[in-house]
Amino acid sequence: MLDTDTFTTPDGRTIGGTVMDLRNITLRFGGVEAIKDISFDIREGEIRAIIGPNGAGKSSMLNVISGFYVPQEGEVWYRGKPRPQMKPYEVAQQGIARTFQNIALFEGMSVLDNVMCGRLGHMNTNILSQAIWWGKAAKEETENRAVVERVIDFLEIQAIRKTPVGRLPYGLKKRVELARALAAQPSLLLLDEPMAGMNVEEKEDMSRFILDVNDEFGTTIALIEHDMGVVMDLSDRVVVMDYGRKIGDGTPDEVRNNQDVIDAYLGVAHD
Amino acid sequence: MLYREAGDFKTSYAKDNQTFPIKFDRTGYWVILIAAAVVVPFMVNDYWASSLLVPFLIYAIAALGLNILVGYCGQVSLGTGGFMAVGAYSSYKLMTAFPWMDMFSVTILSGVITAIVGAAFGLPSLRIKGFYLAVATLAAQFFLVWLFNKVSWFYNYSASGQISAPERSVFGILVTGPNTAAWAQYLFCLIFVVVLAWVARNLTRGTVGRKWMAIRDMDIAAEIIGVNPLRAKLSAFAVSSFFIGIAGGLFFTVYLGAVEVGEVFGIQKSFLVLFMVIIGGLGSIFGSFAGAAFLVLLPVVLKVVGVDMLGMPTDIVAHLNLVIVGGLIIFFLIVEPHGLAQLWRLTKEKLRLWPFPH
Repeated sequence: MLDTDTFTTPDGRTIGGTVMDLRNITLRFGGVEAIKDISFDIREGEIRAIIGPNGAGKSSMLNVISGFYVPQEGEVWYRGKPRPQMKPYEVAQQGIARTFQNIALFEGMSVLDNVMCGRLGHMNTNILSQAIWWGKAAKEETENRAVVERVIDFLEIQAIRKTPVGRLPYGLKKRVELARALAAQPSLLLLDEPMAGMNVEEKEDMSRFILDVNDEFGTTIALIEHDMGVVMDLSDRVVVMDYGRKIGDGTPDEVRNNQDVIDAYLGVAHD
Repeated sequence: MLYREAGDFKTSYAKDNQTFPIKFDRTGYWVILIAAAVVVPFMVNDYWASSLLVPFLIYAIAALGLNILVGYCGQVSLGTGGFMAVGAYSSYKLMTAFPWMDMFSVTILSGVITAIVGAAFGLPSLRIKGFYLAVATLAAQFFLVWLFNKVSWFYNYSASGQISAPERSVFGILVTGPNTAAWAQYLFCLIFVVVLAWVARNLTRGTVGRKWMAIRDMDIAAEIIGVNPLRAKLSAFAVSSFFIGIAGGLFFTVYLGAVEVGEVFGIQKSFLVLFMVIIGGLGSIFGSFAGAAFLVLLPVVLKVVGVDMLGMPTDIVAHLNLVIVGGLIIFFLIVEPHGLAQLWRLTKEKLRLWPFPH
């Protein structure tokens, strides 16, 4: 039933079968339907963008995927199985990591500790072993520190390792948040407006990091972004939402020429 | 010797992660520890032990415990006095029911019992936050004190309603009861302080500590990156209560010897320990010690200066103490919410660069 074909993109990357399949998702807040009967899939190794005007339901969609919202109707299929209703932290333990639209770093902790937080799902020594910091606890800490240091190197934030996050400028905070999500070595990475509020140079850096993450680690990425240039350049496939409905789905070129999408962005009177 | 990290290269993650990254600090730590363990016991007399050192050590344990809960995990608690009472009464029941049990086991088991009670009273924290949680823990405070007054089984049906500690020795040295030597009291408490401070440091620098701080800084984000809030909050309540229970046990067995629960473990004790944590510094091990030292020392210094040197009446000095503590709380909350520990941290940062401005 699930699509398991693999194929190669024009730039030589391999896209695998379906990792996540969202089927007929409907999400209501009281009387408001934030998401209306939306279905789409995310394939292994691809960069999947979700775009749409403000209030279209993009972030709600991401919150459904990360388990923060529970849709009233529809199913979330993950790795070939319908996902039972679970808590956000259980979803995270299944290998789904995310960043937030408004930076959600732990302000009281250093950059290193923040990124180490991304490894929490991989660290499970019991509290007694940690209390005496002997054997497994100390070993686990150094092993995971090594993973974290690779991520820190990769995102070029070595110099601010020990800086409290509260002191960092906005662009770096966004990068630290990406580092925290990457440290989890997720199989699906959700990015909620990774480039919001950045200048051109920071956007270029961030785009490069996103492509590198996908390229080097083969991480599947789903991202929300408003900058059309970035979206069209980065993504393999794009879902377009408007007023909680899906109005387009396909490669950037297909979406660009879709009449509904053009209407939604240029503004046509809704009847 | 200059206060520098330059030249002190770290070649492994374990070294980079150590508690005192600067050599001067490491040396200082060992000097203080050895002085406290070897030199002080020979110099200590009854007055020093009973008015300064022993209460400082015991309050330091309580402040460490409360700091784990309030400073590291962000859950406000006003139940400290009640939990200390649980530790004290557990010690009493264990000492009288199992007279052969040694004092280390008694004290640690009292901590374990308090941890269980604390975790149970921590359950509301899953639903409520901030002030509302503080009110819920206030209920624990009053309920526990009421319970130990009301149910006479807890004080072995004694007519006075008091509990008093029987004599117990460790390695042939008396540590409880009225005939205990000052240095024995001091050393017994010191052992607990050193071990528990080390445990607190280990817990707060590792996975558990990061979970607590993640919950404190942004609970929703913590949950989405994979922290189970139920387990994180309850473990904070349990560990915190473990520390506070041990402090309560020592307060009764070693320090006071006899206790009437409403007087000793009332709401004012909860506030006193909370003030120590606020003045010392939320989320800092050093801060717990600084706060405890400050608030134990303050009345003694005021008494020496006010009563003995200036000849002021005792009650005026006692009231002055309250005024100063109150003023300081407001001062710290407004000017330096991270307390004495932050001042110390700033000093160290300046020292690292001294005498150059950058």
